[in-house]
Amino acid sequence: MGSPLLLAAAGEVGGDFFRERSSGTLPCQANEAHLFCWDWARENLDRYGTPTVQHLEIVLISVLVGFAIAFALALIAHRTRWLQPPLLTATGVLYTIPSIAFFFLLLPVTGFGRDTAIIVLSAYTLQIIYRNTMLGLNNVPDSAKDAARGMGFTERQVLWKVELPLAVPEIIAGLRVATASTIAIATLVVLISAGGLGTEMYGSNFNFPTAIIIAAAIIGLMVLAFDLLFLTAQRLMTPWRKARPT
Amino acid sequence: MRTDKTRWRALLAALAALSLALGIAACGSDSSSSTGSETSEGGASGSAIQSNPENAKVSLTIGSKNFPEQEILGEIYAQALTAAGYKVKSALNLGSETVALKAVKTGQISGYPEYASTALTSFFGLEPEEVPSSGTEAWEKANQEFEKEGLQAFEPTPFASANAVGTTTATAKKYGLKTVSDLEGVSEKLSLYGSPECRQRIDCLAGLEKLYGLKFKSFTPVDIGLRYTVLEKGQADLSILFTTDPQLSAEKDKFVILEDDKEVFPAGNVIFVTKKSVAEKAGPDYEKTILQVQEGLDLKVVQELDARVELEKETPKQAATAYLESAGYVK
Amino acid sequence: MPLASFSGAIEFIFSSQESNVTGGKEVGGFDKSLELLIGHIEVTVLALAIALIVALPLGLYLGHIGKGELFAVGIGNAGRAIPELAVIALVATLIGIGMRNVAPALAVLGIAPILVNTYVGVRQVDSAVVDAARGMGMSEMKIIRKVELPLAIPTVMGGIRGAAIVVVATATIAPLAGVETLGDFILNRNVYGENGLLAGAILVALLALTIEGLLALLQRRLTSDGLKLKTV
Repeated sequence: MGSPLLLAAAGEVGGDFFRERSSGTLPCQANEAHLFCWDWARENLDRYGTPTVQHLEIVLISVLVGFAIAFALALIAHRTRWLQPPLLTATGVLYTIPSIAFFFLLLPVTGFGRDTAIIVLSAYTLQIIYRNTMLGLNNVPDSAKDAARGMGFTERQVLWKVELPLAVPEIIAGLRVATASTIAIATLVVLISAGGLGTEMYGSNFNFPTAIIIAAAIIGLMVLAFDLLFLTAQRLMTPWRKARPT
Repeated sequence: MRTDKTRWRALLAALAALSLALGIAACGSDSSSSTGSETSEGGASGSAIQSNPENAKVSLTIGSKNFPEQEILGEIYAQALTAAGYKVKSALNLGSETVALKAVKTGQISGYPEYASTALTSFFGLEPEEVPSSGTEAWEKANQEFEKEGLQAFEPTPFASANAVGTTTATAKKYGLKTVSDLEGVSEKLSLYGSPECRQRIDCLAGLEKLYGLKFKSFTPVDIGLRYTVLEKGQADLSILFTTDPQLSAEKDKFVILEDDKEVFPAGNVIFVTKKSVAEKAGPDYEKTILQVQEGLDLKVVQELDARVELEKETPKQAATAYLESAGYVK
Repeated sequence: MPLASFSGAIEFIFSSQESNVTGGKEVGGFDKSLELLIGHIEVTVLALAIALIVALPLGLYLGHIGKGELFAVGIGNAGRAIPELAVIALVATLIGIGMRNVAPALAVLGIAPILVNTYVGVRQVDSAVVDAARGMGMSEMKIIRKVELPLAIPTVMGGIRGAAIVVVATATIAPLAGVETLGDFILNRNVYGENGLLAGAILVALLALTIEGLLALLQRRLTSDGLKLKTV
């Protein structure tokens, strides 16, 4: 950069601060809406680091919290049958409310920022995780449970040693779907100042497809990575059955 | 039973690996250079910001409104104050002016850069024509009003920015458009594109309708980022632009703005708005640093900064750092 | 404090209020709320119609012949992971703005759940029933229409409901691409104030719940009585 030490005036930029620009020489990303600028991509990939980490954090916390709540609810409803329909409806209502509306509905209560984002994203995962856990538990064949009881298991042991392990594929399927949607929806939290990869799709990047496409590709990779992680976990946890396609 | 344990251990190992990867990513992700708080050398670069260890006790949060020029300004102030030794967080991209002002009043942010004209029309109810064209006068007037609410506005930047009605040089030639008043009789055939809130703002479409008496064929809201794209693509006949836009100089053969002869779009210098109590607690370096670092912000420089972010798609952070270093405020 | 905000929002929906930035003109009120609500419904209905026309026949066909599982399920999974903001931004920049560009973009988001659910719903129909119908001499088209589709209704409707949710949600940021929907209240906090912001959120939520309720009712009517005996 220039030689600021030689400038007499207080705080004036060096002469070489200004770049030459004219209609003919504008870089690929200015106004012309080119589909993808490889040069820019190569030079600017590192700025996706922080938003990606922010995004991951929000997604992980939200899915963990959502799982904890939904799993607990499912266990409760498994014992108390009459709770099943109302809980399904309640989690369903939370899922139906569009994410953006939900974020802003919470504003008066929790304000801008990550907390609101996490609350909404967790609420979104409840229905799918709850429903899949219920499905998994309900589909456990009675013969297995009876056999366990016959062997002297307590109800608690039946749940943890028989029912839940057999329900694992359904539970993990629910987690996969929940995580994929959370990763996608979390791009919107930029609107409530919670960061994430949405920041590279908004603001001065709104008319810049290259930046948007890179961000979307990272999202896609994240979804794939988590999918693989869950599939691997499922295979490890249920060696007695082949993993099913969905 | 044993196989249960090994399965769970495998899962835990996978989770541990993921957390490790996250940790590494987090450490390596902060690629933007943070400006250190180094003390300046001797007196040779008198313009460099001096770091004052006293300031380390003060935490500041610098906000900004939600378009690139604002984010650049916010970054400049934030990095400058960091160089002065403060503990600074940034909360850029808050929203439009009422949102930002509320954030100052509630203490969510310490301060943000506002345009004097916007403050006078949006906060204090002035009609656009009543806004003084002298930057100093506008600041004084705004400051008077701010003080009534326990707020304070620092002195203005050299540059001023305003909304403008813009179009392609082809359209301007076709209809002989040099000023906004030239649109009389012609505007009914032309479509106008602006930000979603432009429709009702008195310093935007509402003002054009009221004070110029213009009616347009249509108004379509689009994100601010598309204001040149829609002209480029021929979707818009007219578009609301900013006088500091880099495209106006880099592509002056393609785009032109119409002169605002009835002064519906007052030009505003930037004044930093903060709470009096915050300024007092932060000590004299707060105002001093901000005023010092904005001295170099004339129209040409701001257009260059805007160009880097809007045309070359750099981040506001990078542009701000380049400015501070080139002007010698920060090493 | 939150309760007061909500009552302010309700007021905003029905009567116009003052705003700082409009130079004295009032904003909000019933007319504006209705106008934006209709805009939101318009783009939603259009997008869902397009999605149905594309995905429903395709899903039925693929499910019927039993091929393309990877395709249908893959699209379903991929569709779930598409960020809405990217869709709106890319459409606005690369293709164009306004209803006729945004509606197809929203339709793309809705195609995924409809396609995968239709496919799965048809596949899950008991092959014994289909064989019996063939044995009775029904043509393939008739089998799809009179046997497979009715039996798949619950799953298919589940997909349509999922599509509706994502379309209504994305329509909220459509104002960025020139389509005026309820998102206007939410995105322009400056003009409409806190009340407008909440009002927009409330209206979008209510719209989504209403559409979901209507679709649920529709599902109940279309589901044959025999199916209704099965739970979930």
